[in-house]
Amino acid sequence: MTSPDTAERSNPPRPRVRTVVIGLALIVLAPLVITGAINLQQFQVVYRNKVESELTVMIERQSFIVDSFIADRLSDVRIIAREHPIERLRDPDFLRQVLNLMREEYHGAFVDLGVVNEDGIQIAYAGPFNLEKADYSSAPWFELAFSKESYVSNVFAGLRGTPHFIVTTQRRVGDETYIVKATIDFEYFNALVEGIRIGDTGFAFIISRDGKFQTNPRFEVSLNRSPYAEILDGTMHADRIFIADGKDLLSRPSIFTFAPLKQGRWLLCYQQETADALDEVRKMVRLAIVALLVVATGALAVGYFVSGNLASRLAEADRERTVMTHQVIETGRLASIGELAAGIAHEINNPVAIMVQEAGWIDDLLHDDNPTSAENLVEIERAVGQIRTQGDRCKEITYKLLSFARKTDPSVRAVALNDMVGEVIGLTSQKTRYANVQIVTELSPDLPEIQASPTEIQQVLLNLVNNAIDAIDKPGGTVTVVTRAEGHAVVLEVRDTGAGIPEANLARIFDPFFTTKPVGQGTGLGLSICYGIVEKAGGTITVESEVEQGTTFTVSFPRESPKPAQPIDPTSEREGP
Amino acid sequence: MIEPSVLVVDDEVQFVKTLVKRLVKRGVKVDSAHSGQQALDTLAGSGATRTDVVILDVKMPGMDGLETLAAIKEAHPLIEVIMLTGHATVESAIEGMKHGAYDYLMKPCDLDVLMNKLNQAAVKKREHEAKILEARATLIALRRGD
Ligand SMILES: [Mg+2]
Repeated sequence: MTSPDTAERSNPPRPRVRTVVIGLALIVLAPLVITGAINLQQFQVVYRNKVESELTVMIERQSFIVDSFIADRLSDVRIIAREHPIERLRDPDFLRQVLNLMREEYHGAFVDLGVVNEDGIQIAYAGPFNLEKADYSSAPWFELAFSKESYVSNVFAGLRGTPHFIVTTQRRVGDETYIVKATIDFEYFNALVEGIRIGDTGFAFIISRDGKFQTNPRFEVSLNRSPYAEILDGTMHADRIFIADGKDLLSRPSIFTFAPLKQGRWLLCYQQETADALDEVRKMVRLAIVALLVVATGALAVGYFVSGNLASRLAEADRERTVMTHQVIETGRLASIGELAAGIAHEINNPVAIMVQEAGWIDDLLHDDNPTSAENLVEIERAVGQIRTQGDRCKEITYKLLSFARKTDPSVRAVALNDMVGEVIGLTSQKTRYANVQIVTELSPDLPEIQASPTEIQQVLLNLVNNAIDAIDKPGGTVTVVTRAEGHAVVLEVRDTGAGIPEANLARIFDPFFTTKPVGQGTGLGLSICYGIVEKAGGTITVESEVEQGTTFTVSFPRESPKPAQPIDPTSEREGP
Repeated sequence: MIEPSVLVVDDEVQFVKTLVKRLVKRGVKVDSAHSGQQALDTLAGSGATRTDVVILDVKMPGMDGLETLAAIKEAHPLIEVIMLTGHATVESAIEGMKHGAYDYLMKPCDLDVLMNKLNQAAVKKREHEAKILEARATLIALRRGD
C-alpha cells in the first residue's frame, strides 16, 4: 500500500515574469499579426487591381487626348488645304492671316504654316522663321508626306534646329500636288503630356517606336532598360494598354503603363513608383502597424503588470512559506524538546526518589540508638554509594536532553546517519522500556554521509521513532531502524509492527495539523515537519502501511549532494521492501 | 496506632529496597513487587489477607500502574491503593481516582507524608472491613432469627 501523491509533492518552479510576459505577448500578438498580415495581403491584392484599373482608365483617356490633339491639328490643316484655292494658299499674307486665326483658336499650338511644291521648295510660308523658299527635298519627311494623303512626323530638329513636329496634307490642283504643312509647337505638345501627373513620382512621356523621345520625361528614363527595351525590341507587345512591373533608374519598384498612339507608331508611357501608386496600401499598412503597436503595447503593459503582480505575490508567498517553514520546524523542535523534557523529567524523578530515600535512610540510621554500629556504617556507606550512582544516572539523562536542546544549528554539513540513529535511540530508550517496545537496528556499516542539518535530521529521526513507538498498541512490538546505501541515495527506514494507518488517513499524514492522537497529545506537526526537512535536504519521504501489520517510513536522501535543492534522483523514489 | 501492612510496587528495584527498609524501621509490615503482574501474584497468594495498602508506581514496563490498579480493585476491592508518580498530570490523577485510588503522591515524596497517607488509608481499609464484617454478622444473625 503506497501513497504516491504524498511522495511526489514538490515545489513547482515559479514562472518567471519574463516568461509570463512573453507568453502573454505571444498569445495576444500572434493572432493580431496573423490576421493583420492576411488582411493586408488581401487588401494589397485588391488595391493593386484597383490601381491597375485606374491606370488603365487614365492612360486610355490621356492617349485619347493626345491622339485627338494630333488628329484635330491634322484636320485643321486639311480644312485649310481644302477650303482655300491654291492661289490664296500661295499668298504669304493670306497664310499669315490663317495662322494668326489658328493660333488664337488653339493658344499657340501652331508655330508656322507653309506650302511646299513637288520639288520640295516651300513656296509660301507664314511664321517666325525665315523659311520661304526653303528646300525640303532632302528632308526625311518629304517623301512620306508626298506618298500619303496626310502625315504626322516624329519630333525632329529640322532646319530650324529646335524640336518640333509637323502635320502635312496634300492638295492636288490638276497635275500638280502641293503639300500644306503646319508645325506643332513642341512646348505646347510637351506640356500636354508632361501635365499627366499622379502622386509624387508618376510622369508620362511619349516615345516613338524607333526609341526616340517625343516629349521630355520629367525624370530621367533609360530606354535600354526593362521594360522599355522589351517593348521597343518587340519582346513585349503594347498593341493595347499594357501594364508591367519593373524598376526605375534608382532601382525602386515601379509600375509601367503603356498605350499606343498614332496607330501604334508612338507609345504613351506612364511610369510611377509602386510604393507611390500603392500609397493607400502604404497608409493602410502604417495604420495597421500603429494599431498593432498600440494593442501590443497595451497587451504587454497589462501582461507585465498582471504577471509582475502575480510574480511578486508568488514571491511573497514563497517568502512567507519559507519563514513559516522555518518557524514550523523550530516550533516542532521545541515541541519535541518539550515532550522529551516531560518524559525525561518524569524519568529523572526515579533516581531522585531513590536518592531522597537513601538520604532519608541515612538519616534514619543516624537517629538510631547506636548510629555508629558496624552494621549501620556499612549500610550508610552503601546508601552513599547508591546516591552517587543515582546522581550519575541523573547527569546522564540531563546530558542527553541538553545535547538535544543545545543543537540549534540549521546549517548544512556532512551528517553520519548511523551516529544520529544511535543518539536518538538513546533518547527514546526510557520510552521504549515502558512501552514494551524493542528497538532493532540494521545499520549499513559503510554508509555514505549525507548533506543536511544535523539537528533537523535528528528531529526527523526522533519524530519517526517516536511515532513508531506510539503506533505499537500491544506489548512486544518491534521498531526496526534500517540504513542502507541505494544507488545515489542514502535510505533510512523506520518500521514498526504497530496498528498501521488506515488507507483513508495515509494520504493526509504529511499534512500539517493532521493527527489521530487525542487532543493535547500530538501537535500534528511531526510528520509535516519531517516532510519539510527531508524535502529541504533534497530527499523524499514515503510511507507504506497495512492496518494491524505495521507501518514503514522510507526516507531517501541524496548522498553528498552539493546543494540541498538538487533534483531528486528517481531511483530514490523506490519504496522499502 | 495500627500497624499497617503494605505492598510496595515499583520497577525501580533500588527504590523499593530502601523504601522497604525505612518502612520496616517504622513498624510497617512490608511486601514488595517490581511489576504489576508480580503485585497481583503476591496479592493472589497469601498477601491479600494481610495487605491493607498498596503503594503503586504509575509508570512501569509491562502492566502499568493504572492497569494494575484496576486489576487490584477488581480482585480485592477493600485494599486501598496510593499511586506514586514521577510526573503527576491532571489526566492521570483523575484516571487513577476514577479507578478507586486512595491518593496520589508525587516522587520523590517525603516519608512522613507517605506514612501519614499510609496510616489513613489503612484505617479506612480496616473500618471498611469492619463494617462489612459487622454487616455480614448482622445478616447471619437475621437469618438465624436471633
Ligand atoms: Mg517507574
